[in-house]
Amino acid sequence: MPPEPPKRVRVVLVDAAAPRGGGDHTRAELEEQTGIGEALVKGLVRTQLALALRCAAVVAVGLGSLPLLFAIAPAVAGTRPFGVVLPWLLLGVAAYPFLFGVGWAYVHLVERTERDFTDLVEKH
Amino acid sequence: MVTVATVVIGTYGLRVARTTSDFLVASREVSPAWNAAAISGEYLSAASFLGVAGLVLKQGVDVLWYPVGFAAGYLALLLFVAAPLRRSRAFTLPDFCELRLGSVRLRKLATLFVIMIGWLYLVPQLQGAGLTMQTVAGGRYQVGVLLVGCVVVANVALGGMRSITFVQAFQYWLKLTALAVPIIFLVLHWQADGRPPLAPPSGATFAHSTTVVFDHAATLVRPDGSTVDVPAHASMDFPAGTPIPQVRGVESSSGANWLLPGSTETGGGRDRGLFAAYSLILATFLGTMGLPHVLVRFYTNRDGAAARRTTLVVLGLVGLFYLLPTLYGVLGRVYTPQLLMTGDTDAVVLVLPGAALSGLTGQLLGALVAAGAFAAFLSTSSGLLTSVAGVLSTDLLGRGSVRDFRVSAVLAGLVPLVLALRAGGLDVSQVVGLAFAVAASSFCPLLVLGIWWRGLTAMGAAAGVTLGGGISLAAVITTVVGPPLTGWPAVLIGQPAAWTVPLAFLVMVSVSLATRRRVPVNVGLTMLRLHAPDPLRL
Repeated sequence: MPPEPPKRVRVVLVDAAAPRGGGDHTRAELEEQTGIGEALVKGLVRTQLALALRCAAVVAVGLGSLPLLFAIAPAVAGTRPFGVVLPWLLLGVAAYPFLFGVGWAYVHLVERTERDFTDLVEKH
Repeated sequence: MVTVATVVIGTYGLRVARTTSDFLVASREVSPAWNAAAISGEYLSAASFLGVAGLVLKQGVDVLWYPVGFAAGYLALLLFVAAPLRRSRAFTLPDFCELRLGSVRLRKLATLFVIMIGWLYLVPQLQGAGLTMQTVAGGRYQVGVLLVGCVVVANVALGGMRSITFVQAFQYWLKLTALAVPIIFLVLHWQADGRPPLAPPSGATFAHSTTVVFDHAATLVRPDGSTVDVPAHASMDFPAGTPIPQVRGVESSSGANWLLPGSTETGGGRDRGLFAAYSLILATFLGTMGLPHVLVRFYTNRDGAAARRTTLVVLGLVGLFYLLPTLYGVLGRVYTPQLLMTGDTDAVVLVLPGAALSGLTGQLLGALVAAGAFAAFLSTSSGLLTSVAGVLSTDLLGRGSVRDFRVSAVLAGLVPLVLALRAGGLDVSQVVGLAFAVAASSFCPLLVLGIWWRGLTAMGAAAGVTLGGGISLAAVITTVVGPPLTGWPAVLIGQPAAWTVPLAFLVMVSVSLATRRRVPVNVGLTMLRLHAPDPLRL
């Protein structure tokens, strides 16, 4: 990227109608699909996809391993923490907070990635 | 008493559904919390409300994957689809095909599958309606299906487009209350009874003296192995404490089979059971994103970030709801074991309050549950029928005029009505599971690859949807009308997702690679639009 001196920008609200000081350059690269712009988008897509796949892997391991676990270790399936048989406790109750937790973490992380990308575009 | 309540609730439901305004008018400015409640209200169907508890009652721990999968589907939607789909500005799946791949032919193909999946999903809703009428008002199953089917069709065709967000959101809280309040009473009652065991190793017994009415001739197998033949329409009295006989031909698990995973649901064989479990997980995890009435709702979010937040709240709301049906299924083991004999296990949610609690409390709670059931199939089937009639009228039959829409609504309603009349013997949740399998094998790869992979071509997408969706659809039809199968074919066809979903992905990728030259020229711009953070407004 050509070394342009960063301009001081006062951002009140992010609004399409608001005049923009900085960011025009990278923005143009993105919109015109130049080599740099395309590389930026590819990088963003790759980051987002990697994040989504990591979260999916957490669920795949956390929940997806259960049928196999119960099949190869029936003794585990027969234990009764809190007086409830383990598979009932895991699938009937614990699965839902777990799924929500993964979803919450994903939203948190993906919003951070997007903020970083926005900053990158707005500042250069 | 219950009948009166039902009629009152029915007319109320009609009135609510009639105070509709055009869905499109609801614009995009709906807050994530309201939007999420509305999506959940439309999503929690008869299968969730009645079917899950029925399956738990019958088959035990193995079917807990159904509700877990129904909820987890929203996580898959959140991770891979929600924000980019909203940013694509596609209203329906066919819209997405045209926007992303610029192919009108693919659009038509997607339309066809939207209609198929919508129909498949409507059948269990109508089944639930028939069952509720049968259980609550004492009418015939067919009459219930016809009545509710006609009401929904007339409502959608004449009444306008769709319930407004507020009504849908209200439906969610109604459904949650309708299950949550009675279960508190039921659990307290179970405590007061001295916590009768849920799965006694010696086999279940009747908790109260019970009269069982048999609609069809049946053969009972007593625990000691002796058999009794019962003629149709006969009734038998069982005093409290009698062991519950098995009915020949009615599948159900008991004792340890019910309590522990890896039951004989698929006719024996641990490998097959495991395959069925994973297939079901795959279908429900990946099928949600392909359901037509769910995707339409995402358009009402302000932007991609709001779509994500909405999906997260839906995941929370739906998860909260699914804590309840399991409890109904479990307590049904104690208080309504006769359903295992008559095969009407899907009715357990409706019957349980009246069976366990005596007097007015039981009747009132029974009416509340019935209200929830009506809300469940009215909201879901109206939403589905609107989606199906919408694509039918804009893409296949006409140009989307009001008259086209009405004709489409009638046509779109007739097919599932006929199917539901014939499919009375199938479990509600199982039919829904099949609809998920078709959605997961057709639209899931299309959406995921379309959003994340530049190399997708219209040819590849069409090949994958046709093959994956077509084969899973054929499997569903075989399951519903074909001859009964045993062994591996039964598992591979009864739970097809584990092989049809990878197949669809594989075909889509390889055909796309073979037609590499036909990748849309503007794919870079489309990708930018799908993935650029909302504040940039690119």
